[in-house]
Amino acid sequence: VTALLTLPIMVPLLGAGLSILLGGSRRVQRAVALTSLTAVAGLAVALLVTVDRDGPVATQGGGWPAPLGVTLVADRLSAIMLVVAAAMLLAVLVYAIGQPGAERNHVGFQSVYLVMAAGVAAAFLVADLFSLFVAIEMMLTASYVLITLGGRLDQVRAGMTYVVVSLLASMLFVTLLAVTYAATGTVNLADLAGRIADLPDGLRSALAVLMLTVFGIKAAIVPFFFWLPDSYPTAPSPVTAIFAGLLTKVGVYAMIRTQTLLFPESTRPGTLLLVVAGLTMVVGVLGAIAQGDVKRILSFQIVSHIGYMVMGLGLFTLAGLAAAVLYTVHHIVAKTALFLAGGLIEHHGGSSRLARLGGMARSAPVIAALFLVPALSLIGVPPLSGFVAKFALVDAAVARSAWGVTAAALVVSLLTTYSLMKIWVAVFWSPADEPRSDVAAAAARAEPLGGPALMVVPTAVLAAATLAIGLASGPLYDLSLRAAADLLDPAAYLEAVGP
Amino acid sequence: MTVLLAATAAVLFGIGTYLVLQRKLSRIIIGLGLIGHGANVVMVSSGRRGRAPIVGNGPDAELADPLPQALALTAIVIGFGVTALLLALAYRSWLLTRDDEVQDDVEDRLVARQGAPDAELADAGEPADDAIVGDAGEAGDAEREAS
Repeated sequence: VTALLTLPIMVPLLGAGLSILLGGSRRVQRAVALTSLTAVAGLAVALLVTVDRDGPVATQGGGWPAPLGVTLVADRLSAIMLVVAAAMLLAVLVYAIGQPGAERNHVGFQSVYLVMAAGVAAAFLVADLFSLFVAIEMMLTASYVLITLGGRLDQVRAGMTYVVVSLLASMLFVTLLAVTYAATGTVNLADLAGRIADLPDGLRSALAVLMLTVFGIKAAIVPFFFWLPDSYPTAPSPVTAIFAGLLTKVGVYAMIRTQTLLFPESTRPGTLLLVVAGLTMVVGVLGAIAQGDVKRILSFQIVSHIGYMVMGLGLFTLAGLAAAVLYTVHHIVAKTALFLAGGLIEHHGGSSRLARLGGMARSAPVIAALFLVPALSLIGVPPLSGFVAKFALVDAAVARSAWGVTAAALVVSLLTTYSLMKIWVAVFWSPADEPRSDVAAAAARAEPLGGPALMVVPTAVLAAATLAIGLASGPLYDLSLRAAADLLDPAAYLEAVGP
Repeated sequence: MTVLLAATAAVLFGIGTYLVLQRKLSRIIIGLGLIGHGANVVMVSSGRRGRAPIVGNGPDAELADPLPQALALTAIVIGFGVTALLLALAYRSWLLTRDDEVQDDVEDRLVARQGAPDAELADAGEPADDAIVGDAGEAGDAEREAS
């Protein structure tokens, strides 16, 4: 069990080191990265099976018992997130290897990518706030490098916004840690769960709001979302895809974990979260409608859909949390697939601006199909994953009579449809503006799939995965329900971490 | 002593916030550094005060709490690394633009302009839409050519 918990963090880190040492050969570097991430995916699945069978497991780092040592712990939520994250990291790495371009050939790309993988895995597994800070920093620092790897002017400008906002959030996180430690004398999550209940109301609210702010910036909820649509679109497609799939979800995961574990039931900010969720959905999707660029529309939609996850959390019921978990899984897969398809559009059409694209339903039918499936899934058309996740979410909200946020969720689904239709019509159905040059036409004929096979296959796998999630929704929803039950009754979690 | 530390942190946060809100990149970075120091001061002051926490340096009850110090040290190192990266980015930005100002988002201006009457744009003496679209498009084209 110890190996299952430590190796998902250690293997990518070792791989990153090895990859730097072997910097002379891209081929060897890629082999190292692929091997490490495949190993992580295998470990994550094994961990999920173990945790689902035996309940939460924990290991005390360096033999120091909690709350002093660095404790790693996995319950069903962490294990589910780890499995999905590992699968995405692997798929996007294959895509990045297939994509022609300068950035992914950079000597540091594979190592930085692996460090980010280790940071994401660590964020899901650590059991104290300070290690969570370190894990998130590890992930973010790697992402700073990935987003600016090309060193172009627009990347530097957008990357600067991203770094400054993230760094400011990190400073707030340090302050949060300090206040928490001064108030309770511990930063271990299991320890805090007992002690926060005894704090005076004012102090507890201050901690809750500080936590929501810190993780809200990472998760890009209203009013802290402005950095995301500004910075994500400038990175190379695979980087944007993995950021869209994973980085904001780490913030969502941290919000779910801290809000359910730390605060006693009567003091949870349910109404506040529902209001924020509704605003996040509406503002995000309105932003998406106004944009004229494939990647920027998709980026604004991330913001909008973070709202759905926060909505599930804000309900604080078994069904609501289960729906939030299911929605997070669905959104990671569907959004990553959409961004990969967006990358294919950019590859095939030479631009990601709607005004410059057209006629691709004829010239690249495979890309059209690969875009359509995750897009329909994001809208929530049965039998794809989005339908199940949204249905579970709305069902849970109706059960709590949360009519306002339910209405917002349904209207935003329609507006999401509109913003995706905007891409669909402009890119695939509108006639191509200018006749393609002979060179471009020849290049298109050389790629009957619309792009290199290594780019098309991972996209197709993820598109198939959203269909599979939709079809296998019964068992998956049961698993989400068990994960949500863990969250609402953390006795087993506390016992696993120890005194 | 606690009041002094709290006041120090408050001053650091205040000046830092003021600097982060400036338009010049170098000021933003210094501001972030100050806020980071403020956070670390809060961190250090969150534990018990006392003698240096070394085994044998007096009775346990008189030793300072070592945990916040260890946490602050880690936070300082992380802050240092990220600030160095930020400085490198700022230098890169200066090399590319010869200017320390943070630039507006091109796409934001495009979207903001969608509803504006053309006459107003002409009066403002700003470059027409096409020029901006060209910039954004050329960056993409350059990337494609590089491949």
